[in-house]
Amino acid sequence: MIDQIVFYFFAALAIVSAILVVTRRNVVQSAIFLITALLATAGIFLELHAEFLFIVQVILYAGGIMVLFVFVIMLINMDVSLHQIQFNRQWWLGLLLALVVGAELTIAIAIGRSHLSLGEPAPASALEPSTQLVGKVLFSEYMLPFEIASILLLVAMIGAVVMAKKKI
Amino acid sequence: MLMNLIHFVISIWVPLVCALIIVAVLPLVAGYIVLMERKVMADMQARLGPMRVGPHGLLQPIADALKLLIKEDIIPDEADKVIFWFAPLISVTAAMLAMSALAIGPWFQIAELNVGLLFIVGISALGIFGIVLGGWSSNSHYSLLGALRSAAQLVSYETAAGMAIVGGLLIAGTLSTREIVEAQSDYGWWFGLVTPVGFFVYIVASIAETNRAPFDLPEAESELVAGYMTEYSGFRWALYFLAEYTNMVVVASIATTLFLGGWLRPFAGTAAFNFLDYVPSLLMLGVGGYCFYRAPKQPVKVQSLFMMAVGLLFVVVAIVLAVPLIPAVDELLPGLMPGLHGAFWFLLKVGLYIYVFMWLRFTFPRYRFDQLMRLGWQFLIPLSIVNVMGVGMALVLHRHWGWGHLPAFGLTTLLTLAVAGWLGWESEKKDKEHVFVGEA
Amino acid sequence: MIPTSHYLFLGMVLFTIGVIGVVTRRNVIIILMSIELMLNAVNINLVAFSRLVGSAEGHAFAIFIITDAAAEAAVGLGIIIAFFRNRETLLGDEMDLLKW
Repeated sequence: MIDQIVFYFFAALAIVSAILVVTRRNVVQSAIFLITALLATAGIFLELHAEFLFIVQVILYAGGIMVLFVFVIMLINMDVSLHQIQFNRQWWLGLLLALVVGAELTIAIAIGRSHLSLGEPAPASALEPSTQLVGKVLFSEYMLPFEIASILLLVAMIGAVVMAKKKI
Repeated sequence: MLMNLIHFVISIWVPLVCALIIVAVLPLVAGYIVLMERKVMADMQARLGPMRVGPHGLLQPIADALKLLIKEDIIPDEADKVIFWFAPLISVTAAMLAMSALAIGPWFQIAELNVGLLFIVGISALGIFGIVLGGWSSNSHYSLLGALRSAAQLVSYETAAGMAIVGGLLIAGTLSTREIVEAQSDYGWWFGLVTPVGFFVYIVASIAETNRAPFDLPEAESELVAGYMTEYSGFRWALYFLAEYTNMVVVASIATTLFLGGWLRPFAGTAAFNFLDYVPSLLMLGVGGYCFYRAPKQPVKVQSLFMMAVGLLFVVVAIVLAVPLIPAVDELLPGLMPGLHGAFWFLLKVGLYIYVFMWLRFTFPRYRFDQLMRLGWQFLIPLSIVNVMGVGMALVLHRHWGWGHLPAFGLTTLLTLAVAGWLGWESEKKDKEHVFVGEA
Repeated sequence: MIPTSHYLFLGMVLFTIGVIGVVTRRNVIIILMSIELMLNAVNINLVAFSRLVGSAEGHAFAIFIITDAAAEAAVGLGIIIAFFRNRETLLGDEMDLLKW
């Protein structure tokens, strides 16, 4: 029962924060609500017994990527954008199509719920201790993607520094 | 469903009580750390510090807190009021939340997470938002620049601190704070002695993490007025201050848990040093005796009574600490000794670490911001990465090739020190080259 | 015990909100933030299925996705800063130099 309270609380927080991210006029408020949505997602990870992923989400996403966003928002003068039109001209078409995609996915989940074996999840002890299991998988089966991800991060670092320089 | 809820509350009442104690006691503790800092500053400057408010200034924090509470609450005109109100709360919440995964003794731990240490590092990373949003919402140039500088410094040194922690974690093999101390007890040596380079990197990085001198450019009074705290006055400023001192306690606790043996007595395994078990009570008795000695010399009668009460308190604590040393009590309640003495040793080590912070503050001049960033990125981060590689190499030498502890770790420490010397020499050279701060 | 379909539904809702953000808003920074929302929704799905099966492979892949999101946010914000320096605008509609 505690499971359910935690899940519904974090799910509601995530959905409300996500809606507020997309609809606020002030970009700083959008960023703050995105931080809340990311922390709610971290809560969902914790509820799924993925402790390592919970803390990686908090450190990297909420504590790293969002700090980057907030830095950029504060360095760029956004006063002009408060008075512009927020939504583009074909917003109704975009909304309609997104809702159609959402409806498709809902129907897929609802129908497939009984056909796929979405039954009892594995016992929580199968995922303990989370850090060691993730480490084992990451360094044995997924070693090549791990190395490629490190090269990707190097390229992204160089790219970001070059893009933001005043004179190359 | 109500029965379920009641069962749940009963099962978590111990962590709940511990959490309430921390939230209630921590502001007081932070206030007394401020008093300690003023006394230590005075001692190093050959004067006496606050002596007037209580006997020896012991009631100074309470007077300061009252003053801050009754000050006028000024909010800048164009400031974003919601974020202005909210930013100090983020800092304080992050700092207090980080205290929840710490194991202050074998008894006192709010939440035993199996990713405990990483949790504390991550929640401290969330405290950066309090600084950035506070500086931005003040609608003032000084605040924004100070906030961005402070956040840049925190992010840079957080990487170095994290890698230094990884060096210690490799030996411990676990992220849970309780199990790290138990690993040190099994290993026999504190991890700070096994990876001294990692410990050194962590000390320097933690000073920068808490914005303490010599890395306190963002809040130095002669630089950017007070940085991100410029427009905050009264109780809001007190919240930021509380967050900063709580961060100091958290960082000291991480260092104590990982590098200084947690709640273990020095030489915990050797029976020859069992006389050290009497040190806690003797120390408390000594402090109590000093209070009784100074009590008649106070200028005001009330102050001498207060001093005698403080002395009595210390004597009572000394008696409580001496109780588990009686063999009869030790057989009856075997958990009493590690619990009480463990908490004492932990708090003593945290206090010593904070004293070293204050010592460094009053000794060294301040780093300029570009020197600060160069130290972080070009010295500490490469050094901490080399330290991780060195510790890994030492563990391979020790576990797979069968070398002893001392040769394996000694060799890798020497190699890491050689790399550190080279890195330091390189960054000194660069500092002398760049007299002007050119275009990036 | 929460059925896995609840998590899938939550992921779907977050993904749809992210899609609405990307196709509807004009400000590029908000578009980038909506992309982060979509990546998070995918992460929730992955971790829910990983819990269902009982292996940690979903967690490892979610870590890769977080790494990717960091790289993409860094480069994307660098591009936005470079563009803003030249054109003083943050609206996607006005970034039309390559249009004929």
